[in-house]
Amino acid sequence: MTSPDSQVASSPTQRLRDLTRHRLFWPIVVLIALLITSAIVSEVRNFQPFFSITVREGGLYGPLINILRYGSVLMLVAVGMTLVIATSGIDLSVGAVVAVSGAMACLWISRLDNENSLGGVLVAVVVALGLAALLGAWNGFLVAGIGIQPIIATLILLVAGRGLAQLITSGQIITVNSGPYERIGGGFLFTFPVPVLLAAAVTAFAMLLTRRTALGMMIEAVGGNAEASRLAGIGARRIKLLVYTFSGFCAGVAGLIYASSFKGADGNNAGLFIELDAILAVVIGGTSLAGGRFSLSGTVVGVLMIQSLTTSIYAMGVPPETSMLFKALVVTAVCLIQSPAFRAKVTLGRRRPGAPPPPTPAPAEKAEVAA
Amino acid sequence: MTLIDATVAPDTPSGPTPRNGADLWRRVLGYRPPQRYIPVLATAVVLITLYIFGRANYARFGRPQVVLNILIDNSFLFVVAAGMTFVILTGGIDLSVGSVIALTTVLSATLIQAGWPAYAVLMIVLAIGTTLGLGMGSIIHYFNIQPFIVTLAGLFLARGLTYSISTEAIPIRDPFWTFMSSERIRFGPRASITLSVVIAAVVILIGILVLAYTRLGRTTYAIGGNEQSAMLMGLPVARTKVAVYGISGFCAALAGVMFTFYLPSGDPLHAVGLELDAIAAVVIGGTLLTGGSGYLVGTVLGVLTLGLIKTILNFQGNLTSWWLRIVVGLLLFAFILLQRLVVARRR
Repeated sequence: MTSPDSQVASSPTQRLRDLTRHRLFWPIVVLIALLITSAIVSEVRNFQPFFSITVREGGLYGPLINILRYGSVLMLVAVGMTLVIATSGIDLSVGAVVAVSGAMACLWISRLDNENSLGGVLVAVVVALGLAALLGAWNGFLVAGIGIQPIIATLILLVAGRGLAQLITSGQIITVNSGPYERIGGGFLFTFPVPVLLAAAVTAFAMLLTRRTALGMMIEAVGGNAEASRLAGIGARRIKLLVYTFSGFCAGVAGLIYASSFKGADGNNAGLFIELDAILAVVIGGTSLAGGRFSLSGTVVGVLMIQSLTTSIYAMGVPPETSMLFKALVVTAVCLIQSPAFRAKVTLGRRRPGAPPPPTPAPAEKAEVAA
Repeated sequence: MTLIDATVAPDTPSGPTPRNGADLWRRVLGYRPPQRYIPVLATAVVLITLYIFGRANYARFGRPQVVLNILIDNSFLFVVAAGMTFVILTGGIDLSVGSVIALTTVLSATLIQAGWPAYAVLMIVLAIGTTLGLGMGSIIHYFNIQPFIVTLAGLFLARGLTYSISTEAIPIRDPFWTFMSSERIRFGPRASITLSVVIAAVVILIGILVLAYTRLGRTTYAIGGNEQSAMLMGLPVARTKVAVYGISGFCAALAGVMFTFYLPSGDPLHAVGLELDAIAAVVIGGTLLTGGSGYLVGTVLGVLTLGLIKTILNFQGNLTSWWLRIVVGLLLFAFILLQRLVVARRR
């Protein structure tokens, strides 16, 4: 295309441009900005130094570790959600599955003769994860087997799932006092918090499976065009069933962590609104909601961003609920940047002839949402 | 009883008397109601069955006030669901309604506390709800972003604004609000409704007329059927699509005001998850979530069905509230399957 000379000459700017055009450039910049803001705020308010990490009683502690630890529940849910969204689906039921899984594990453990028996806790974990995967498979059956729109199919479980969780716990908050179970949410392994390791393991597993085998490509093919991928010999239905089951499983692990760190199952509040945060994290990470393209590393950045936002808002002393306001602005901005129609309107000079823009430009609405 | 007659009527064709018994029999058996009415009729059948079940099982179920209480307790849900019906008919969805209701209640309570007159408060909150809706509609249409994600941002925005106004419940003490919440229209010694029921009835009536007889209504159906075709037919797609979200925003704000008549306080925790109830009512009412097919009457029946289930669970007493969610989930599943069958047969 260009001569070697000009390439060398433009190389630094070219490289910078490539860097800024990278899908994850802006999310990472925002993430770093958030971390620095938190560091400054905690310095001003005389909190524990933000970047300090201490080792106490065989475990790591510190604000950064807390971000990872509290973010692990969201991380797990978001990994499953990424794969579902990649098949151009969506899973609204994850919050309910988080509640069901935690409720099931706590019920099982509370029925044990000895709550501290390792074997009993392991069985409880397997039963809870099995139930979560079963609920995911039910979603997958509705979407792939019956052909219901994903939003609607998973809406059923979103409505009924929390009722199911309360049915399991008989409407009460079951508290457990089990050493092995508490380690899932609060323990340490090789000085790292167990939930962080669990989230990392599941994420790494998903990354390996989708990037080192053909599975990732198949998922993207199904998301791009399910019918075309079926004609190309990909079992589109099986792939969909698989991703919804995996999403249910991930939500199940998240539910175990959640219930374990609260030492009890709360069918009403466990995982409330987590589906929205997870979708937000996936979208921030550059996975298109239209399907056909996904990035698990982007999702990791998205989760870290949301979690550090939450943490820094706590640090600033603003009511934590106002984080929703920031989330709204972030998701609007990210979606606008991703939208081809928006980019076409911003760069008015480079309008594509094939797509005539609607008559009214819309700066007013943008201002309205920002207000 | 009149309800039962109304739904049984389509099964017995009236018209010229058939020549012989066999012919009549064949016509009765061969009659199928028009396919577009099947979901609404199914909802009506479910509603009537539930009512008969209630009458048969509980002694005090037959009191007129039982039914009137369903209207009173769900008056704001009728209004939200009516707005939601417009949006879903275009093939969209509005997740922000619950948050807009919370924003309306908290904003009204704050402004009243600050000494604003009632009419100004009402105008401001209704204007804010409508503007939010119009803004979301514009982003959805002009920037071609999925309604789901835009209204999700709207959900966060409205709830976040609510929390930034107040994180605690604020009581509303105002003569107008006291009047609206305590005034009753009486039909007899033990039967009365609140003024909110009248508001809901007026909103639904206007909605039915708009959907059936105006250009806006017909364009709404056309967009849901096929947006591309609607555009090629020269219908005002942009204006209508933005307008339906405006209508939904207005309905949500109005429902928020009615919520404060029902519970005179502004609380950022009001109406959490109400959007799900509204969507469930619309779906149970037979409106296709892909758009283009459905009736506001169905939505009314859907809200009544939800209310009736709640009432039956209350009468039963030993069944706790989580059964409501499970039953509603099962009903959703049944109706979505039914829609699937209707659509499959049409093709």
